[in-house]
Amino acid sequence: MKTFDYTIKDELGIHARPAGLLVKKIAGVHSSVTIEVKEKGKSADAKRLMAVMKMAVKQGDTVTVTIEGDDEDAVAPEIEQFFKENF
Amino acid sequence: MVVGRGRPVYEGVAIGRIYVRTKEKELVDRKCSDIEKELKRFEEAKETARAELSALYDKTAAEIGEEQAAIIEVQSLFLEDLDYLEGIEAMIKSGSDAAFSVHEIGDAQASAFAALDDEYMKARATDVRDISDRLIRILTGADQGFRMDEPGIIVAEDLTPSETVALDKDKILAFVTRQGSSNSHTAILARVMNIPSLVLTDIDIDPSLNGKLMIVDGFSGNYYIEPDEKTLSEMKAKQKSAGEYKAGLEQYRGKESVSRKGRKVKLFANIGSPSDIKYVIDGDAEGIGLLRSEFLYLGRDDFPKEDELFEAYRTVLEAMNGKKTVIRTLDIGADKKVAYFNLDAEENPALGYRGIRICLTQKDIFRTQLRAIYRASAYGNAAIMFPMIISVGEVREIKAFCKEIQDELHAEGIKTGDVELGIMIETPAAAIISDQLAHEVDFFSVGTNDLTQYTLAIDRQNEKLDAFYDAHHPAIMRLLEMIASNAHQAGIWAGICGELAGDLSLTDEFLKMGYDELSVAPSRILELRKNVINSEV
Repeated sequence: MKTFDYTIKDELGIHARPAGLLVKKIAGVHSSVTIEVKEKGKSADAKRLMAVMKMAVKQGDTVTVTIEGDDEDAVAPEIEQFFKENF
Repeated sequence: MVVGRGRPVYEGVAIGRIYVRTKEKELVDRKCSDIEKELKRFEEAKETARAELSALYDKTAAEIGEEQAAIIEVQSLFLEDLDYLEGIEAMIKSGSDAAFSVHEIGDAQASAFAALDDEYMKARATDVRDISDRLIRILTGADQGFRMDEPGIIVAEDLTPSETVALDKDKILAFVTRQGSSNSHTAILARVMNIPSLVLTDIDIDPSLNGKLMIVDGFSGNYYIEPDEKTLSEMKAKQKSAGEYKAGLEQYRGKESVSRKGRKVKLFANIGSPSDIKYVIDGDAEGIGLLRSEFLYLGRDDFPKEDELFEAYRTVLEAMNGKKTVIRTLDIGADKKVAYFNLDAEENPALGYRGIRICLTQKDIFRTQLRAIYRASAYGNAAIMFPMIISVGEVREIKAFCKEIQDELHAEGIKTGDVELGIMIETPAAAIISDQLAHEVDFFSVGTNDLTQYTLAIDRQNEKLDAFYDAHHPAIMRLLEMIASNAHQAGIWAGICGELAGDLSLTDEFLKMGYDELSVAPSRILELRKNVINSEV
């Protein structure tokens, strides 16, 4: 299991378009990817767009991303990089 | 030129093209026998929708801009969403047909977005509905949406609240319906929106009317289809002078509503949904005297969730920025035809299982609504009023229940505001015992439409009775006087929120009786204020 924390910098939070890109990016990944906002007690499967959007993650929220599965070592850094570039 | 008549519900003259609004076919679950085939149909519909959206994206990006195009992109993303697709597929696998499954799952997802505490995410509910409508249209071949490209006049049999919700209100110049009444949903909406409209018209509704030029004269009740030059120029002149009269009322904007002898009255607005807020602001209302709650329950398939109700009430309270907002709890009955309430058909719905009677019997419905209102009360100046009251016992039961809800919320650490509790006086029983009721509540609001109908035993929907009907019947005037006097003796305030409140010939009477508040359609405020300011009483 790999995990990282990231604080959202985008002023719109995790809104539709980048969330869509994220879902597309990890659609082919074997591992399960979970996004969690611990302060709000919310979490969602990152492969499910509406579920991710319904968390309504805002600028300044800290998300914990957990990657678990046989390809976790390879994909975890890529996902972290994606967050830094898009959120 | 075709000339006809209807009953005018709001003054003014509208000139524009006709849009015929025909009934939407109710989507029913026709069930499917061949599940594999139905799944394949859904798969194909999805492909078609994807291709349509892709073409629409290119066109929008080229002609309108990237920002609009991004909305289309979001919709194509939703089309791939796993929760959405799996939900629909699961329903099909359980035997439902594809169109119905899309409708159900789409509705559930849209409601979930609408309940979010985030303006951007809330607005995504529309995207879920749009993509669902697109799929349903592809699957059924029938257009679910009614769209207006330019401003025009809507001609219809009648319009239900859910139909009007879907209309682009900025584009409606007038409503012309064959059915309806002065108190029907369309009539109420026309007054709120400030547009001339006719109900009970003798018009033959036919798709061939689409696009034809029509004039609606909300003063005389006449309409003209394909008018001749002379009529057109006369009506344009009439429209201009009506516009000038309205412009003349602008001098009363922002003024205090006080008569020459110093009698003060608050002029509030009656509205039906949070989207009416802009008319409240435009109309210069001093508060909201009646926020109907029915809009939250109509035109849907299941009860609204507490969060959804809370968000709707909070939106209104925040927009009112500290001005009083009187929220009326659910006033629904067998005549409103809301399937999921499972109400039995009744011989006489006006005297039936409705309003507070439903709320006091099915406390779970009442609890959800009251929790939402109390939660929202932390964001503004909220008051609650209860409809269809006939006894002191009912009021005490309601008050105890409100206390229970408040305690419950406080125990959960949720803040609530100071909320006045009042009742509608709309039954003769409540009017007659208003001296006793006044000791139980913070205010009265007289619902003159029902009070008149119950007192005179006249159904307002029945045209044959028009000759017998007298809105100024001495019995009503006596009751109104008695209600105000009983309220003031007990030290509470009294208002009128029925149609009669806006009757300019009665403003002096109401001031003499001492009414503290009159609540009318937002478009009526300035005219009423002019009347108050110029009153000699």
